[in-house]
Amino acid sequence: MTTHSTTDSLTRAPRSSVSSAAAGAGATSARSGRRRRPSVAWLGFTPFAAYVVLFLAIPAVIAVASGFFTADGVFTFANLKALQDPTIVKAFQGSFVVSISSALLGAVIGALVCFALLGTRADGLLRTAIDSAASVLAQFGGIMLAFAFIATIGFQGFVTLWLKTTFGLDLNANGALLYSVPGLVIPYTYFEVPLMVLTFMPAMEGLKATWGEAAATLGATRFHYWTRIAMPVLAPAFWGSVLLLFANAFSSFATAAALLSQGGIVPLTIKQQLTSETVVGVSNTAGVLALGMLVVMVVVMGAYSLLQRRAARWQR
Amino acid sequence: MKRNRIVAGLAFTAAVAVVLTGCSSSSTAGSGSTADTKAATATSAADLGGMDALVKAANAEGKLNVITLPPSWANYGKIIAGFEKKYPGIKITSANPNGSSADEVAAAKSLKGQSTAPDVFDLGTAVLSQNTDLLAPYKVSNWADIPTDFKDASGKWFYDYTGLMSIGYDSSVIKTAPTSVSDLLSSEYKNKVAIKGDPTQANEAASAVYLAALGTGGSASNIQPGIDFFKDLKSKGNFISTLPTQATVNSGETPVVIQWSYNNLAWGSAGGSAGNPNWKTVVLPGTALGSYYNQAINKDAPHPAAARLWEEYLYTPEVQNLYLASGAYPATLSAMQKAGTVDSATLKTVGEPPSDFVQLTSDQAASAAKLLTAGWAKAVN
Repeated sequence: MTTHSTTDSLTRAPRSSVSSAAAGAGATSARSGRRRRPSVAWLGFTPFAAYVVLFLAIPAVIAVASGFFTADGVFTFANLKALQDPTIVKAFQGSFVVSISSALLGAVIGALVCFALLGTRADGLLRTAIDSAASVLAQFGGIMLAFAFIATIGFQGFVTLWLKTTFGLDLNANGALLYSVPGLVIPYTYFEVPLMVLTFMPAMEGLKATWGEAAATLGATRFHYWTRIAMPVLAPAFWGSVLLLFANAFSSFATAAALLSQGGIVPLTIKQQLTSETVVGVSNTAGVLALGMLVVMVVVMGAYSLLQRRAARWQR
Repeated sequence: MKRNRIVAGLAFTAAVAVVLTGCSSSSTAGSGSTADTKAATATSAADLGGMDALVKAANAEGKLNVITLPPSWANYGKIIAGFEKKYPGIKITSANPNGSSADEVAAAKSLKGQSTAPDVFDLGTAVLSQNTDLLAPYKVSNWADIPTDFKDASGKWFYDYTGLMSIGYDSSVIKTAPTSVSDLLSSEYKNKVAIKGDPTQANEAASAVYLAALGTGGSASNIQPGIDFFKDLKSKGNFISTLPTQATVNSGETPVVIQWSYNNLAWGSAGGSAGNPNWKTVVLPGTALGSYYNQAINKDAPHPAAARLWEEYLYTPEVQNLYLASGAYPATLSAMQKAGTVDSATLKTVGEPPSDFVQLTSDQAASAAKLLTAGWAKAVN
């Protein structure tokens, strides 16, 4: 019924994006002085270019463009009215609430994990283990994750039943905990934390020991060092990661689809418009919603790259 | 640097060109089986020279594509297996079993001209009435057995089966059977009542709202009381937005489900070892609600003869009895009762069909859709 959304994985940043951005900048400046002959090496780029065009660019353009046609194929702006529809406005609100809360929660918890990891040896077993665990868990989403949470805190989940029989505590006393839009924050945070560890750890590792020593020499306490030096230096990377986490949650589909059958967030509303068998002739509205999501994503990613540029300043 | 960019751009363009030409050549190659055009325009088996000729043409095609037929829905698992047994030369490909009627139409449009396009449809009425231009007229041999108001005069579509909206419940959790929809509002049902998806999306979920409307003073023309009922149910904390499946029913996650009787029955003891023995099905007293699905053949069916043979097969008494065994009432039921071809033991367990039940006309469904679009999300979110 539902497939794992491709955008889920697209927004996941490669490992150590911060340091690679810095390295990339250095390489470019070193090369720019020299003129190089074009080489056949560029041909190697072709398969990737083909992939991007075929599976990203063309579908994105078609999806958004479909929002500007009627069901009969006549050009129109009328579909844009959907963005004022209270149901759809509510879906966007739901998406924002879930994405912002899970991004902030994930970022704070993830940053604390990174902070704790700083005290361990960089090439030690613990750091390596957590690093690989984070890589795996950041990809643990979709139906499997939804099922894991259903089995844990669903109506018949083992934690739910244990709390009920042992302490008489009903997790679902005030309505379903898991099967609601706010409830999505719980599984979303689950994959946001490891993603935060992956993206934020390189920035943490970039903190130079010499800065701390210099501060200590000048009489700063550890508290001063963190609040006056480390945190300001880390801030752009931190907020950049928050944006990335936001984008990741905003575009997630499969987990939500497995838990909620009544919509409430934008990706589920798009599915509703595309596959409805009761309200027919609205599939072009989905294109308008895709446009809305795209605008949000472009803004977020633009802000992300700005912050990354600031973050990279400290890592040269 | 600049030069490099130009080369990169060229590589990009080359890639697009390579990929696009690749696409177009493969799609022309995909149109494959151009059987005989005679089958594609035949409006009855007689047009092709009788059933034997139809079977021969279908065997020559060797394949049949069906779409959105879940094995546990109206006995489709057994029906498909029976066809493959009866016509071993024809292989059935069953696509997207959990999809919606809209998915069927989308597949027919996007796969048009390819050998993987669906051959036959099983459509809800709202989607059907929007897409009659996709359908090929065909009349099965026992066309006369299908009541006149159950079929399109030209043969573009014809009813296949209907269930009645029913309440399924786990009798180990809910001790007394519900006797009206209002019973669901009591505290015994807290966090327990589920429907099959979003009513603005799935016909079966919408039918649960229609049922609630009929039970709370509404009518087929005015389903607003049904929406208000679910709003009430939600505010009492009884409505859950979990999508019920056989698995959630077996685990106890969704102890009460409003859905078609044939699905509730299939999830109970009738479902054999996969079913939940405690799962009981109630069709509420009072006005019953049904909704026939429609059979139709894709105008651009890649296997036109097999598609027609499939329709012939579906309307044989053996398959109509299979629908009945799942708890769905087949379209030719009354003709079968007259002819004595109905499986009377099965009919006894399923129960006689009600002499009349409400079925929304396409106009009523359209106005219901308007109310649902405007009010549903507000009522339950």
